[in-house]
Amino acid sequence: MIVRHLLSATDLDRATVEGLLDAADQLKEGLFGRGVHKLPTLRGRTIVTLFYESSTRTRASFEIAGKWLSADVVNVSVPGSSVAKGESLRDTALALGAMGTDCLVVRHPASGAAQRVAHWLDEAQGFEEAQGLNETQRDTQTGGTRVVNAGDGTHEHPTQALLDAATLRDQLGSLDGKRISIVGDVLHSRVARSNVELLTTLGARVHLVAPPTLLPTGVRNWQVSVGHDLDVALPETDAVMMLRVQTERMRGGFFPSAREYAIMYGLSETRLALLPEHAVVLHPGPMLRGMEIASTVADSPRTMVNEQVRNGVHVRMAVLCHLLASEGEE
Amino acid sequence: MLLRGVRPYGEGQPVDVLIRDGVIAEIGRKLATTCAQTRDCGGLIALPGLVDLHTHLREPGREDAETIETGSAAAALGGYTAIFAMANTDPVSDTAVLVEHIWRRGQDIGLTDVHPVGAVTVGLAGERLAELGGMAHSAAKVRIFSDDGFCVSDPLLMRRALEYCTALGAVVAQHAEDPRLTIGSQAHEGEIAARLGLAGWPATAEETIIARDCLLAQAAGARLHICHVSAAGSVDILRWAHGRGTAVSAEVTPHHLLLTDDRLHSYDPVNKVNPPLRTAADTATLRAALAEGVIDCVATDHAPHADHDKNCEWAAARTGMLGMQTALPVVAATMLAENLLDWRGIARVMSERPAAIANLPDQGRPIAVGEPATLVLVDPDVPWLVRGSESASLATNTPFEGMRFPVRVITTMLRGRVTADEGRTADQRKVIPAP
Repeated sequence: MIVRHLLSATDLDRATVEGLLDAADQLKEGLFGRGVHKLPTLRGRTIVTLFYESSTRTRASFEIAGKWLSADVVNVSVPGSSVAKGESLRDTALALGAMGTDCLVVRHPASGAAQRVAHWLDEAQGFEEAQGLNETQRDTQTGGTRVVNAGDGTHEHPTQALLDAATLRDQLGSLDGKRISIVGDVLHSRVARSNVELLTTLGARVHLVAPPTLLPTGVRNWQVSVGHDLDVALPETDAVMMLRVQTERMRGGFFPSAREYAIMYGLSETRLALLPEHAVVLHPGPMLRGMEIASTVADSPRTMVNEQVRNGVHVRMAVLCHLLASEGEE
Repeated sequence: MLLRGVRPYGEGQPVDVLIRDGVIAEIGRKLATTCAQTRDCGGLIALPGLVDLHTHLREPGREDAETIETGSAAAALGGYTAIFAMANTDPVSDTAVLVEHIWRRGQDIGLTDVHPVGAVTVGLAGERLAELGGMAHSAAKVRIFSDDGFCVSDPLLMRRALEYCTALGAVVAQHAEDPRLTIGSQAHEGEIAARLGLAGWPATAEETIIARDCLLAQAAGARLHICHVSAAGSVDILRWAHGRGTAVSAEVTPHHLLLTDDRLHSYDPVNKVNPPLRTAADTATLRAALAEGVIDCVATDHAPHADHDKNCEWAAARTGMLGMQTALPVVAATMLAENLLDWRGIARVMSERPAAIANLPDQGRPIAVGEPATLVLVDPDVPWLVRGSESASLATNTPFEGMRFPVRVITTMLRGRVTADEGRTADQRKVIPAP
């Protein structure tokens, strides 16, 4: 399938995910060891990153991905503090669309923001979704501004899930039947939501470990297993994904103290030893050392943080190619 | 005026209704009369004029979204002959001066009786009681007090308000939402919001306040009204309170009877409302409770918002939706079409009970000789397509956009004077085109 926008991991079926991961692998191999990281694929295309939240790696990763594909990349930052008095998201998105932006990469603190942006742009540019078009017709329409969700509130972060899947595939081979434990603040995590969807699509068995206060309503009906005991989960795990725990959650009373959280849900050296030998550790970053992950574990060779970041560039190149390059030369 | 061939409450053969000096003078078959003004009604259903205990007219403060004038027009077109305007204006309706202004504006416009609701606490701040007596004894004769939009969450303040109102013959209408349980909430706390990453508004935040306030009201010997009941669990608590003799009444909105949190998938804030749209199980329970009488009445919570406050990202959007022009069609679709209520039942929940709760002596009256000619005529056979752009309200965004409903309001009459007819208000400004 060809998707018009990448808003959610649920937009992608298994074949499409595997196609994107294969494409990322090819880009990685093609660029490996080359002094010049430049392909002409998206020459003349314009990519705008529109970030309403601070970001180091996601922003840089998209920018590098676009530049390695020879696209022109423009970064627009709107600091959170100025949102209230500033221009509306809709007006900003429509303005950037009117400038001929081919792809808008959006990060915003409101869940659903990227989906709304896609809706407004489609409406303004005559690609009104759903209205009278079936999915195939919609997705094969060319032109217009494509939208990539680079994180919307506590909803999704689909390219993070793609890069996590790429890293897991590198380390574990096919994910069919593999047991992936996601640990921590699932409730507020867009990384967790996207990974649950994407890893399940790829046939993995996802296990969530968190205190009950940090699990979403109805999680028992998700296609995952759920537990509260990390020590029980680890020996049964092929990969463990540690989520960042924001300390401000403590003020919301989701757990009593950072100390207790680290003791009960942190990945210590002792806990690392509970993992099977082949198992790996993932973290979307930025890590809170001493909170959800011990510093020595963070630096251990079993922790794939840098591999994840490296794969992020190739995965995002694959996504940009998928959205923009399938239209051929004009 | 002579109405030829109407069916009161949709019952029996059509009859003629003669109206003289704002009062129903005669009812009978084929009345012989010299009346100059005769309308052939062709079997339209006649109901007592509708009464809405819960609207937001936005004046003063947000006249770009609604005014008392445009809200009155929407009311008349929706079949309403009396509406209650909530106090969350800017400035807040918490003094006799303000409530008198709203009442007099409504009377000047003359399309519907606009009864101001007085704030329970000064500035809706939930800290100290507003001058309830002053508002009750003003020309506006305030009989409902509410901080709607906010819950009177302090139990001591709520107790005092309930007690104080017993001397005023007034009722406290509670927006039941424990604010500590809904910090940052965006949508019904359920599986759909959890998937979509929208912070949850749990049903327990409503249920706990209703339970608490029923206990407080009973202890105070006071009357309590619960605004916009949205959760199935609240119905159990109301039933329990009725069983022990608590003087509690409750309303449900048309949107909580029809719409569910399935709407969240689009992230379109036209569906953002407080309390939030809940599950299909909740709507089913609310419908049954309205039919049974555990929930007394329908109130719209008509809450217009400017386009830029709705056509934005979900978290930034304001809560609330249009309601007055769609209320009767939605109730017909959810209650009448499902055989949960007949037309007499609709008259009960949309006119008689709300009038009784608000102590309005001349509204919600029987259709009988000697009663005020305050009526709405409804065509039960002409479907109606909702177009927000055709609404009388200044705001045009509505979750009912493009939906088709089975009935249509034709004529509204307040004390013998036609206020809306065939989609036009008495001043002929707004038009609902034929379907």
